[in-house]
Amino acid sequence: MEGEVVLLDFWPSMFGMRTRIALAEKQIKYEYREEDLRNKSALLLQMNPVHKKIPVLIHNGKPICESLIQVQYIDEVWNDRAPLLPPNPYQRATARFWADFVDKKIYDLGGKLWRTKGEEQEAAKKELIECLKLLEGQLGDNPYFGGKDFGFLDVALVPFYCWFYTYEKFGRFSIEAECPKLIAWAKRCMQKESVAKSLADQEKIYDFVLHLKKALGIE
Amino acid sequence: MGEEELKVLGAWGSPFSRRVEIALELKGVPFQYIEENVFDEKLKSPLLLKCNPVHRKVPVLLHDGKPVVESLIILEYIDETWKNNPILPPDPHRRAQARFWAHFIDHKCMPPVWTALLGSVEEREKAVEEVRECLKTLEGVLDGNRFFGGETIGLVDIAANFIAYWLRAIQEVSGLDFMNEDQLPLLTKWCEEFVSCNVVKEHLPPRDKLITFMKNWLSANGWSWTD
Repeated sequence: MEGEVVLLDFWPSMFGMRTRIALAEKQIKYEYREEDLRNKSALLLQMNPVHKKIPVLIHNGKPICESLIQVQYIDEVWNDRAPLLPPNPYQRATARFWADFVDKKIYDLGGKLWRTKGEEQEAAKKELIECLKLLEGQLGDNPYFGGKDFGFLDVALVPFYCWFYTYEKFGRFSIEAECPKLIAWAKRCMQKESVAKSLADQEKIYDFVLHLKKALGIE
Repeated sequence: MGEEELKVLGAWGSPFSRRVEIALELKGVPFQYIEENVFDEKLKSPLLLKCNPVHRKVPVLLHDGKPVVESLIILEYIDETWKNNPILPPDPHRRAQARFWAHFIDHKCMPPVWTALLGSVEEREKAVEEVRECLKTLEGVLDGNRFFGGETIGLVDIAANFIAYWLRAIQEVSGLDFMNEDQLPLLTKWCEEFVSCNVVKEHLPPRDKLITFMKNWLSANGWSWTD
């Protein structure tokens, strides 16, 4: 039973993309509503009064906030198809750990690549590469982080792939050169319709960041 | 399952490692506790560094030799492995809410406490106000229930152990007024109920030891009581 599903989102958000992918994996029909973050809707403020952030998933009128919490919710409600978390508790804990690692590290470090310059930017680049290599190491010989199947950690990380182009342009480096297995994994994920349809175009992201920098007054 | 198959690497003063102890107590699962020195990198045990190479922190739960780290992740692992006395409710929306508030406690409530203690005088006032706002929000979440989990403690209660015990010690030592009992009657009552729970009381650091530790720690970090 589907009920009414609404997603309040913002097209470049890697967090929103996670929820889009999860909904697509489960083939759930939903209404996508684009938010203007400079002019947040009354619905967004009502549904996420604590953080006032996207994405917000609304299911039968009830909000679920925080992207990883949304992905788990979707997995638990629509538990009859395309499982995202494995049944084994230890494997679940491992997937959650690395998804938490992505949240703790990748967003902020990537952000520093386009927000900062000089030493701060170099330090962020170095640390980002280390983190991506650590994640790459988790793949082993598997096609996905979930093993044979696309899973929770794949959903958590793959949205950043459309931001890699921006990170690379500003950081003047190649993520593929540093982490070839990770890029091979990302391209494999992009062959899935749920991922290809959920990720934004990487050049549009780059343009968006250029405009954002101007608007924020960052050189 | 024998005690030797379950180990907890923790630190006596850490609310995070105490969360794990509470959860295991709730489930009635015996474990071996190993105290770690978390303040000196050089004194961290080889076992800790092997089990948590990424963050090098406690708590670590070692189950049949396999490490689980990050306290909230450990709590979910415990709940999924031992099914008695559930920490999370069965309904997906209520589970999502519990996860949301546990995340809120760690990411919104706690950081400004440290800013209030370690930041500049200018940052301090703003940080104290932020903590007060968070506590006011949690007062609303309680909504007249005995615990965040309803009639019995759950994920959010365990995550809020910091508020029930550590925050009050910090208040006493620093003189900063984070929690006004008149303005937060439900949360104040919850604190008392929580620390009195059988599964909790054995897993709180001794008060005097914590107070002394906090005084020394604040002094070492440049805190001035004449402010």
